[in-house]
Amino acid sequence: MRSSNRKALLGLTLFLILFPVVAMNVTAIGHYLDIMIFVGIYCLINMGLSLLMGYAGQISLGHAAFFGLGAYTSGILCTKFSMSPWLAMVAGVGITGLVAYIVGVPSLKLKGHYLAMATLGFGVIVQIFFNEEVSLTGGPSGFSDIPGLSILGFSLDNDLCYYILVWFLVLLTLIFSLNVIHSRIGRALRSLHDSEVAADAMGVETSRYKIIIFVLSGVYASIAGSLYTHYVGFLSPSSFDFFLSIKLVMMVVVGGMHNIWGALLGTWLLTFLGYEWLHVFRDFDILVYGAILLGVVMFLPDGLVALVPRMSRVWKRG
Amino acid sequence: MTKITLTGQLIQYLFTGVTVGSIYAMVAVGFNIIYNVTDIINFAQGEFVMLGGLIMVFFTVTAKLPLPLAFVLTVAAVTGVGVLMERFTINPLKNASVLTMIIVTIAVSILFKGIAMFVWGKDPYIFPPFSGSKPLFFYGAAIQTQALWVLFMTAVMVVLMTIFYKKTRYGKAMLACADNPEAARLVGIKVNIMILISFALSAAIGAVAGAVITPISLMEYDRGALLALKGFGAAVLGGLGSFYGAVVAGIFLGIIESMCAGLVSSGYKDAVALILLLLVLYVRPSGLFGNVEASKIKEF
Amino acid sequence: MNTESSPVFLHVENLEKSFGGVQALKGLSFKVPQGIIKAIIGPNGAGKTTLFNVITGILPPNGGAIALNGISIEGRKAREIARLGVSRTFQNVEVFGRMTVLENVMVGRHIQSRAGIISTGFRLPGMRREERQIRENAMQHLTFVGLENRATELAGNLPLGEQKLLEVARALATDPKMLLLDEPAGGLNTRETEGLAALIHRILEQGITVVLVEHDMNLVMDISDEIMVMNFGEKIAEGKPKQIKNDPLVIEAYLGEEVDYSDL
Repeated sequence: MRSSNRKALLGLTLFLILFPVVAMNVTAIGHYLDIMIFVGIYCLINMGLSLLMGYAGQISLGHAAFFGLGAYTSGILCTKFSMSPWLAMVAGVGITGLVAYIVGVPSLKLKGHYLAMATLGFGVIVQIFFNEEVSLTGGPSGFSDIPGLSILGFSLDNDLCYYILVWFLVLLTLIFSLNVIHSRIGRALRSLHDSEVAADAMGVETSRYKIIIFVLSGVYASIAGSLYTHYVGFLSPSSFDFFLSIKLVMMVVVGGMHNIWGALLGTWLLTFLGYEWLHVFRDFDILVYGAILLGVVMFLPDGLVALVPRMSRVWKRG
Repeated sequence: MTKITLTGQLIQYLFTGVTVGSIYAMVAVGFNIIYNVTDIINFAQGEFVMLGGLIMVFFTVTAKLPLPLAFVLTVAAVTGVGVLMERFTINPLKNASVLTMIIVTIAVSILFKGIAMFVWGKDPYIFPPFSGSKPLFFYGAAIQTQALWVLFMTAVMVVLMTIFYKKTRYGKAMLACADNPEAARLVGIKVNIMILISFALSAAIGAVAGAVITPISLMEYDRGALLALKGFGAAVLGGLGSFYGAVVAGIFLGIIESMCAGLVSSGYKDAVALILLLLVLYVRPSGLFGNVEASKIKEF
Repeated sequence: MNTESSPVFLHVENLEKSFGGVQALKGLSFKVPQGIIKAIIGPNGAGKTTLFNVITGILPPNGGAIALNGISIEGRKAREIARLGVSRTFQNVEVFGRMTVLENVMVGRHIQSRAGIISTGFRLPGMRREERQIRENAMQHLTFVGLENRATELAGNLPLGEQKLLEVARALATDPKMLLLDEPAGGLNTRETEGLAALIHRILEQGITVVLVEHDMNLVMDISDEIMVMNFGEKIAEGKPKQIKNDPLVIEAYLGEEVDYSDL
């Protein structure tokens, strides 16, 4: 791993250790721990999206569907079939991975706007499915009483334990993703960006890697979905609607889609905005979201993370 | 006896389908107008329809203006919105990547949606039909007069657009841009202006669609996305870029959807159009009526 | 070298390629024996680069046959042909500009490595070993072309001459049996061209068959074992450099061109 990544990883880990210590001792931000759990869950999805958009150069406007598939598989298997949550999570990964593969193979042959529309359409179809298959999903009102998670009989039912679990998985996924980026697979993907014809001539299997990354990002989203289910204990289709897909893309773009750290930054910022800092705007959050996204795309195409080197340069200069 | 009711029902479904389909057709034509000149799919296309409906509500119900005046003002207002969108977001980003352009139009659509929610809130709105709410009866089917207005407006749009493309200087210039932007530039066509006009026209057609459909289907702030998706389905089905293809495919999509809702399951009616969209994209991306050779689909 | 006795490595038969109404290749046939340097010359627009693009699978042919060591490859995908041992450089350099020089060559090792998503994600021991081998091998190829000091720079920042060398290193990293060089001397100065000639000889010594498209006649006459001359998508002459020099058809084809044919 590169030293810059190692430093950033160390910094993130330190922050994650200190965060609950501070949050739990300052009443005003005591509930930030809860928000950070959601940040972690969305970070899981968005690391996959970042690989897909920033490295494989593809877009998906349907990732809420993979998130939902993971969540519903976990929820249904645990409540209706009393399966162990961990096994259900694995089943979710299997099902979502399979769906991602089946959808990905034909979709990734499409380019640009067509891919965007195809994934958007797929996402809406899955949401309709959640709404209509009442006997399985509980329909529009969803279902509740989904059990929490435990490890070896030790319940993870409090925020701190869940925070540790979620962010531990985020760190693992982050390291996994960074490893992929700095490997032959990551190099193959990046080479496509610069010259598809030369990549082809070097024998890089363009379409194969696009599909692998698409499935991988679906798997990340599925794990996130399972974690979400067991945390909130309640599922309804509105949590996985197409606007969530758009919001996920937005988080990645605002943070900076060509950098996986950007995805983390964007997710953190927009989730806190949505759960906490935008409460002043109440229902008008959509307006603010639109304005932020438009502003970033127009004036900061590499996202907020692009400001980091600039700031550190200014800082070093004194 | 049962046979007659079935016929009546079928006619009812057919008519509903054609009505809704006309709206899809107008959205699809809106997509095509912009796509032909810019190669951009405007994800905010559905928002033009939503704004058309809600602004029409404002002028008729809130401002109590006479119908024709309200209609003209609505179309003018939404056209203005389209022009602003082009000037402030599309025009400054000339050489941006496809991915960026997708995200920009999505951002604009979110912004429009947000503004609509800010102004009108989350409730659906309606205003009275153009010619009263008394339906006509036809072989046992009840037909709303407003639906006839929808068909009439669609027909007017088709005729006007045909005249525009075939007879006017700007229309011909726009076709030239669609064909070969470099050559168009060389013969002195101002591609910039053509792009602006395409957004204005596209917004205007969206506004008309929104204004005529609202008395039937109501309108709320978040209706745009699904309309855009289905309109895009129609545009692809008809062969992206093809004007008449879009009209036929839009109406076709509306009929299929309405038949499915009536005869199979209303819950899955939205899914039908989308599954059809996916199938066409996967199997025959040049569209049902499009020419495979001429299809540029996998090139950009 | 006695070319008649070597087995044929590349066999092209009746190759056709047209763009719209323009026929870029008109029933072209030729052979490249194993282990030689073959140059393809001809005026601009003769179809030389098109020929390369068809052989490497970037463009599909409209007709005819191409065989590598007896395996027919016409119409196959570029990546399959790369795996069969054909690598190339590009006339208008196609380096991966936003990757480092070393990473460029490491992409060349792609088909010679196999780590999948799981082993790369978890950095399993096999993948680490392979990654180390990729790096060492790429570094060797950089040293081979003389770019070892540039390893950490961004490829897009190199001057043209070095980008061309980088493309050679990247192509060699695939362990090709045949290397296609598309105008390797284009844009190089005299000293760089001399270095290039030596480099091509060293490549040949590794047992790699070299086919090059080139305008620099001094270089072509100096290093080639065989020369094929093309014009308007057809072969107008083929033979040893000496024969080509005296071929009246070749001289005629070049008469209208601004090429220094006094050397011929």
